[in-house]
Amino acid sequence: MLNELDRPVQREVLSLEVNGEDHHVLVAVHATLLEVLREDLGLTGTKHGCELGECGTCTVLVDGRPELSCLLLPVQLEGRKITTVEGLGSTAELHPLQQAFAELGAAQCGYCTPGMLLAASALLQERPRPGRDEIREALAGNLCRCTGYAKIVEAVELAARRTAR
Amino acid sequence: MSRPAGRLDVVGQPLPRVDAATKVTGVAVYADDIVLPRMLHCRILRSPHPHARILSVDASAARRIPGVSAVLTGQDLPVRFGIMPVSQDERALEFEKVRYVGDPVAAVAAVDEETAAAALDAIRVEYEVLEAVTSIEDGLREPKDEPIHDRAHTRRPFNVHRQLAYDFGDVDAGFARADHIREDVFFYQGSTHLPMEQHSAVATFVDGRLTLWSSTQVVHYVHRALARVLELPLNRIRVIGAAHGGGFGGKTDPFAHEIVVSKLAMVTGRPVKCTLTREEVFYTHRGRHPVLMWIRTGVTRDGRITAMHYRSALDGGAYGSYGPASVFYTGTLQTTTYDIPAYRFESVRVFTNKAPCGPKRGHGTPQGRFGIELHLDKIAEELGLDPVEMKRRNFVRPFTRAVNWLRITSCGLEECADRVLTASDYRRRERRPGRGMGFAISSYMSGAGTAIYWNEMAHSEVQLKVDRTGVTAYCGAMEIGQGSDHVLATVVAEELGIEPREVRLVTADTDTTPVDLGSYSSRVTFMAGNAALQAARRMRDLLVEAVAEKMGVHGDLSEIEVGGGRIGDLTFEEACVLGTTRFGALSTSGSYRPPRIGGPFKGSGVGPSPAYSYSACVIDLDADARTGLIDVRRVWIAHDVGRAINPLLVVGQVEGSVYMALGEALMEEQAYRNGRHRWPTMLEYKSPTFLDMPEIETFIVETVDPEGPYGAKEAGQGPLLPVMPALVAAVHDALGVWVDEVPVTPEKVLRALEARTRGGAPRYGPRAFPAFDFGERIQVEPPDPRDLRVGDELEEAFRGA
Repeated sequence: MLNELDRPVQREVLSLEVNGEDHHVLVAVHATLLEVLREDLGLTGTKHGCELGECGTCTVLVDGRPELSCLLLPVQLEGRKITTVEGLGSTAELHPLQQAFAELGAAQCGYCTPGMLLAASALLQERPRPGRDEIREALAGNLCRCTGYAKIVEAVELAARRTAR
Repeated sequence: MSRPAGRLDVVGQPLPRVDAATKVTGVAVYADDIVLPRMLHCRILRSPHPHARILSVDASAARRIPGVSAVLTGQDLPVRFGIMPVSQDERALEFEKVRYVGDPVAAVAAVDEETAAAALDAIRVEYEVLEAVTSIEDGLREPKDEPIHDRAHTRRPFNVHRQLAYDFGDVDAGFARADHIREDVFFYQGSTHLPMEQHSAVATFVDGRLTLWSSTQVVHYVHRALARVLELPLNRIRVIGAAHGGGFGGKTDPFAHEIVVSKLAMVTGRPVKCTLTREEVFYTHRGRHPVLMWIRTGVTRDGRITAMHYRSALDGGAYGSYGPASVFYTGTLQTTTYDIPAYRFESVRVFTNKAPCGPKRGHGTPQGRFGIELHLDKIAEELGLDPVEMKRRNFVRPFTRAVNWLRITSCGLEECADRVLTASDYRRRERRPGRGMGFAISSYMSGAGTAIYWNEMAHSEVQLKVDRTGVTAYCGAMEIGQGSDHVLATVVAEELGIEPREVRLVTADTDTTPVDLGSYSSRVTFMAGNAALQAARRMRDLLVEAVAEKMGVHGDLSEIEVGGGRIGDLTFEEACVLGTTRFGALSTSGSYRPPRIGGPFKGSGVGPSPAYSYSACVIDLDADARTGLIDVRRVWIAHDVGRAINPLLVVGQVEGSVYMALGEALMEEQAYRNGRHRWPTMLEYKSPTFLDMPEIETFIVETVDPEGPYGAKEAGQGPLLPVMPALVAAVHDALGVWVDEVPVTPEKVLRALEARTRGGAPRYGPRAFPAFDFGERIQVEPPDPRDLRVGDELEEAFRGA
């Protein structure tokens, strides 16, 4: 393993738009978006399962498209709109997907849930009434160990029915 | 009674779980989300060798790195620990020898993770590499260099960790009575839990008191392990279960990182956090044991079992963990599904230089279940009997006692089988090459009948507080995603006539909550549920008494109705005010301890449970003879949960079980090459995605167990068990070949087909069980199958005998 301290760490001040708010942060250029969201901005709703781009848990939206925050560098993201689960809805006013996940038991341990919700919200933006196979295809990069995925598919269908009316 | 008998308001309702909103908004605080002022970050140096002596550890260069606050090595934490009293064989940091790739050796606390990682690089460890023991067969032989553990500790030959041998009833006479005898060998590969959340722990040490937040399933056992290793009194340690990102048994041991961050907090006086990397999670493991099985069964002409001889050999990995229990679980529950009049059970667990195995969903029983179901299928095939019919002839009856003394109460086996056979139209299934259906059954415990360390205290305790603002329930039970919090809230709400969301919960905090042993062995609904029921009924009586006085009702208080947010003429809130006015601060408690169930022999403590759940499963699939690929079309599964406290959560547990089972059946493998994990990443360790999952049709069967809360049993583990054998039976139905091990990969299917083409046995799987002397068998006189005595009555009977 490389010794990170053997070379000087380059840092930059960045402006990031997250959930509609502007943030100015001083970050190491090699810090990932996942790290900056969780550690510099305190947005711990974004979770991590591998930090290698394998599990989908850290999914956020960049300009409305689902991206793995563990593989993105914030230095590339100035001027882009970043959305995390905190920007989707709140306990006072749940997003229709959050409402459906809660009602149908699509969140058990809840750890993969933020990433699932964001991936699903991007799908519904693009395809307001997706079929089952489209849902499965769109979420196939997000792993869940609790639910067996069935309730998640049903919850996305329910949210789609409610919002596409 | 303050309401019509049998009427239930919130029990049985598919309500959203009480923690749903915090989970879908990302507000729930998991251990790695915790950030404290001046917090340091910890990384752990782990062994790169499967088996080696540690000659020296030099951390001086690491200590000099700016930003490094402390470095620990093994000498700082020399006391051994382990989950079971008989397996205190781990150290938080090892200084004598390492036993698997990933064994912790040193730890650093630094200002950030990068500095900590750099400090790990600067620690010099000198190893003398030893020959690694990597298979069951090797573990049963004289090792080339030395045993993995000191023989003075194990007191058994070579690398044998535990062994057992029992005869329940007259086994030889049973075989003599048989018209037909068959032997089979099976192998069940190991797999890991793969929780989405990596283990994480945060510790503080303030004014001589240690606080640890952890993603654990067992705050109570972590509490005890910390006290032992850190040599602190229990009352100076507080363990809090953080929001939990999935366990499945993988967070049921006390772990090195929990002890290390605690020690680092004590040494530095600052908060310290350690979150494992995904690679470290694969090494931390404690997952499914690889198990080799040999089964020999005698049957009558019509397929009734006369005797069974079952042998298992477990690849335990490097440490004891739950192994002393796992070794029993591979064979003990065979008798709770089938009536086996005479049973010989022999098992051995060996140490190997691999990540330690332990309890994964189903703990030890999926392997044995896989073996027995397929073995009976083969006997039926040989006798020309319908396998489903032959199994049904041997089903246990409700309210009977098995040959190994396990007491069966409610049992929905028949109904479970009926539901899946009917729904799948199994009898009229399409018969053509490449398409097949398979059927299997199972049962599982609703909580272990004995605690992990011997004591006579309750297994679960609940306290309720009513003040002028409402009710709060306190319980040590740990919500790990299965719905433990929701069950507690539902039981209290049912008794007090309110909605579950109105019950405030304080759980899994050793300072503020009474003890619950933890989320393992499917025990929470049954045990914490019963404790909550007792506490809530006592609280209801107090509130009803206060309300009755106010309403001028005397004598029979049953006309005071409780429900719909009201107690008699008052709202629940008014009743709380009245209750505290009448009695002062209001608190009640409840507790639950399972009765003694086990028989009069050593080792009878593993297997008894106050109730067993039952499941049946049919799988429909396509199997391609050219490619070996299996496409599961549909799964039907029926589960006897006793009573569904919340059917939404029960279905969630069943679907999750089927998913995890299909992963084990088709692709998941914790596999090694030369003592090294073959794929410690989520990309290469294959697990099912959305695209791999078939439709699952779930049937909830309610048998209303006489001892469960509202009749409830368990749902979290049992429904996993029948899936793997049903899948293999379906592959056989489709292609006419047996794959006698999991995972059933395309390669194994093709090799079974090739074997048939070559004129060999149409199967793929292990050929033989290794020779091993299990020693003298313990002879156990079987009980009268109608003898259902438990607890004091049973104890007295044993004393009299």
